[in-house]
Amino acid sequence: MLEVEVYVSLKKTVSDPQGLAVKHSLESLGYSEVKDVRVGKFIQLRLDLEDREKASQRIEEMGRKLLANPIIEDFTFKIK
Amino acid sequence: MLTEEIYRGLGLSSEEYQKILKLLGREPTLTELAMFSVEWSEHCGYPRSRAYLKLLPKKGKFKPLVGEDAGGIILEDLAIVFKMESHNHPSYVEPKQGAATGVGGIIRDIFTTGARPVALLDSLRFGQLANLYNRYLFRGVVDGIQSYGNCVGVPTVGGEVYFDPSYNGNCLVNVMCVGIAPKDKLMRAQAKGEGNLIIYAGASTGRDGIGGCSILASKEFKENEEKRPTVQIGDPFTEKCLIEATLEAIATQGVIGIKDMGAAGLTCASSEMASAGDAGVEIDLDLVPRREEGMSAWEVMMSESQERMLLCVKKEKAKEIMDIYRKWGLKCVIIGKVIKTKEVIVKEKGQIVAKLKAKDLTSAPLYNMAYQEPECLKEINKLDIDSLPLPEDFNQVMLKLLSSENLCSRNWVYEQYDHMVQTNTVLLPGLGSAVLRIKGKNKALALTTDCNSVYCYLDPFVGTQIAVSEACRNLVSVGAEPAGVTDCLNFGNPEKPDRYWYFKNCIEGLISACKFFNIPVVSGNVSFYNESPQAVIKPTPTIGMVGIIKDLKFIRTPFFKKEGDLIVLLGETLPELGGSEYLKEIHNQVRGKPPALDLNKELSLQKAVLTAIEKGLISSCVDCSEGGISLALFEGCVTGKEIKGAFIDNLEFNLREDFLLFSESTARAIISLSKNNLSEIEKIAKKYGVPLRVIGRVIKEPKLVILKNNFALIDLDLEKAFRLWRKSLESLITA
Amino acid sequence: MRWGVAVFPGSNCDQDCFYVVRDILGEQVRYVWYEETDLRDLDCLILPGGFSYGDYLRAGAIARFSPVMEALVDFAEKGGLVIGICNGFQILLEAGLLPGAMLRNKNIHFICKYVYLRVENTHTPFTNLFKEGQVVRIPIAHNEGNYYIEDEGLLELKNDKQILFRYSDKEGRLTPEFNPNGAKDFIAGIISKEGNVLGMMPHPERASEKILNSQDGLLVFKSIVNWFKRC
Repeated sequence: MLEVEVYVSLKKTVSDPQGLAVKHSLESLGYSEVKDVRVGKFIQLRLDLEDREKASQRIEEMGRKLLANPIIEDFTFKIK
Repeated sequence: MLTEEIYRGLGLSSEEYQKILKLLGREPTLTELAMFSVEWSEHCGYPRSRAYLKLLPKKGKFKPLVGEDAGGIILEDLAIVFKMESHNHPSYVEPKQGAATGVGGIIRDIFTTGARPVALLDSLRFGQLANLYNRYLFRGVVDGIQSYGNCVGVPTVGGEVYFDPSYNGNCLVNVMCVGIAPKDKLMRAQAKGEGNLIIYAGASTGRDGIGGCSILASKEFKENEEKRPTVQIGDPFTEKCLIEATLEAIATQGVIGIKDMGAAGLTCASSEMASAGDAGVEIDLDLVPRREEGMSAWEVMMSESQERMLLCVKKEKAKEIMDIYRKWGLKCVIIGKVIKTKEVIVKEKGQIVAKLKAKDLTSAPLYNMAYQEPECLKEINKLDIDSLPLPEDFNQVMLKLLSSENLCSRNWVYEQYDHMVQTNTVLLPGLGSAVLRIKGKNKALALTTDCNSVYCYLDPFVGTQIAVSEACRNLVSVGAEPAGVTDCLNFGNPEKPDRYWYFKNCIEGLISACKFFNIPVVSGNVSFYNESPQAVIKPTPTIGMVGIIKDLKFIRTPFFKKEGDLIVLLGETLPELGGSEYLKEIHNQVRGKPPALDLNKELSLQKAVLTAIEKGLISSCVDCSEGGISLALFEGCVTGKEIKGAFIDNLEFNLREDFLLFSESTARAIISLSKNNLSEIEKIAKKYGVPLRVIGRVIKEPKLVILKNNFALIDLDLEKAFRLWRKSLESLITA
Repeated sequence: MRWGVAVFPGSNCDQDCFYVVRDILGEQVRYVWYEETDLRDLDCLILPGGFSYGDYLRAGAIARFSPVMEALVDFAEKGGLVIGICNGFQILLEAGLLPGAMLRNKNIHFICKYVYLRVENTHTPFTNLFKEGQVVRIPIAHNEGNYYIEDEGLLELKNDKQILFRYSDKEGRLTPEFNPNGAKDFIAGIISKEGNVLGMMPHPERASEKILNSQDGLLVFKSIVNWFKRC
């Protein structure tokens, strides 16, 4: 069994209204050091696989097909 | 051995525990004790309010329909089913999920009757927005309502939002749902017919909300701050599928009874269905779909996991019905059967863990509560309005009122709600009552929620009568005949005599007003213990009212239509500033007596307005309430597609200027009409004995001008004022 | 002409679209369950608004893998008309049948209100009864309607006259104040290169009867009928 953490975030070139709102809110709470906020998604998977390489391939595929929308989002993942 | 600690922890008193021992003739099991605790709680059994609830009128002009979970009225071949319910405590603990699950729960109460939910309204109250936590609550609640209501596809068409310091520490979230069913297809929440099957459908069961209703609803807040883990999470997508699947299942004619597993979950659903069907139910907990491991029997029985239904179905139809739920991607399992003995038998791993008479569970004790008028009230009722300083600049007063948290536009709220899905919404939010056409009929429904809790605080009996009158007036203003009421009665701790005095007087006001207007109270809910160390809420008996518009051509809007139309004031303005928004916002006082109410005058006004509307004589109608004549005129000017102006040169200035402009006297409305119709309207007003005065006319220029002896008391640039009015709420939250 | 209205779990404007087609237009229409794979009996398929699969993950992301979407690709390739409204538009984008993607509204709130739209191209099956540059009033109701496309893609949309509706003010001027969700280049609705697949965020079915405050949306449906008659 492999534990996988997938992070999906908006591409740098795409503006992130949610991130902006969070940044604004943090600033108004006094956290003036916050220079940028991007809000993304964190997805946990448990795979019935042992082969990490095969798992990588499969997750890449999942990411492209469903977990992220390649037009606006990037994704990365970590196999634990 | 059950200890005092256990039953007290479940919210039962030692007297109640003794009563249980007597009923059973033995010690209850833990599961049984838990079942009693929820069924006898205020949320399910109404032990502290039932004595008065029984007195609410059940008859009216339209044939009423009073059922287990929701009531309604009959309109020709249709049943209009509606109910309002509170989700105050859960919303204070977790505003988004609390409000969302409140919406989910009331929708289920409606579609379990076989009705398709067609509208939602929300009556919301918070502490003042200057406080950051109140902003968090307000934003969270609105977010919860939009996220659930929009997804589930039921339009949120109306409601109200008020801010008052008494809601610091206890916000109110009262949600009303309206549904429509063919009247011969109505379902009941019952189980009967030995051998028929009990089916569980919907989401699986987890530990969420365990003890929510007994514990959350029967304790004051200080103890609850850490109760977050018991908050239920709503899944509107599952609910949407559940609506469609359930209505489809009911159409098979194989469903004998159905009930939602909401408050008190499986306990409430099984025992109340058995009790209503005068039968018994045996269920096997091992078959209940679960989301968490290691749940004990009492936890499964008490869970308040959302989006679950319990059905009693004919044996031969079970497969067909289960296939429908599965088609919609929902879990559906047979978990038990109807039995001959009138008991609820619960089994787990082959062992009986509860065996109770259904009627014992549903016969909650009834308490006589002590009540006493609060001592400070007489002092608070004193108000010498003549000693109030007279403002110099009424334009400034107007602008201050228009941008105040209670009078500014609610567009920031309702534009986040899908209020048009199902394509029935004729009058969009912000125009007084919501109006929904009924597809296939030349008729429409008008819906409103109303309560001025300041009035109720100053005089609970009259305040509640005003809430009913105001609801009627709102419906009449759009061309509807008031037809039925649902109520949501929010109060503090009923064990304190002054709180109970408020409850008693409010409900007596409600009973008398509904009897007077001949409107049945078909459903409702009581929410006690809305107090915390910070504050006790002002008494808030929220009135949800449904009216019938007999012909689509009778639908009226509040905004002025045509340049040159006459603006007419119906009713009489008295020097009544007690509890008014003007007194609060401009003079920083909340005191006095609410405006006087003469039910006969109120009814005459309503009859006159409705007659004039149905004769096609008037172009617009807006009732005068909070903010008085001046706010009503403002609404008449700005709520249409285009701003119109008003030139008011004939107000009767025998009252002090501020009394005249901002008094909140009852039984008044502002209508606009073509000159040609004036004599007809005068005849109608005379017939009903309603004072009538032409006070001005509609103008093209976007200005509100109010003259006194050729001097402009108010001369308002409406475009600017309109922008201020619309932006104020958002500014108050983000400031 | 035969119409279909797709039903995904979580669709909530399916019945509204069905009502307009059957009761207002008087056309033949049936529901198309998301597991269906044969659309050969249809001339036009509507993907209605709502929250298919709760809009979990991303609006339209899960629905695009429904069996009916495979059939839809085939249907569209053969020239069948497809109109995706709101969530239907989002599904078409996720499926790659239309270019671009949806971001959250710029104010990060759900927005439900009437907006003004300027009609940009009337030589299509969906807009042939409008006048070029006409300003119409149709409501929106969405969380993710902030249309996004890269600049090259936008250029293609413009060159091929694929943009049908833009958010505008009452006079047809494009000003940020009247771009409710922040959509790129004010885009409210686009068609495929081949011209037979329309995606739009505003809800024409909600503005198809006088009693509902606007009938401008009905022209979309009537245009389709008109186009079909002429073919």
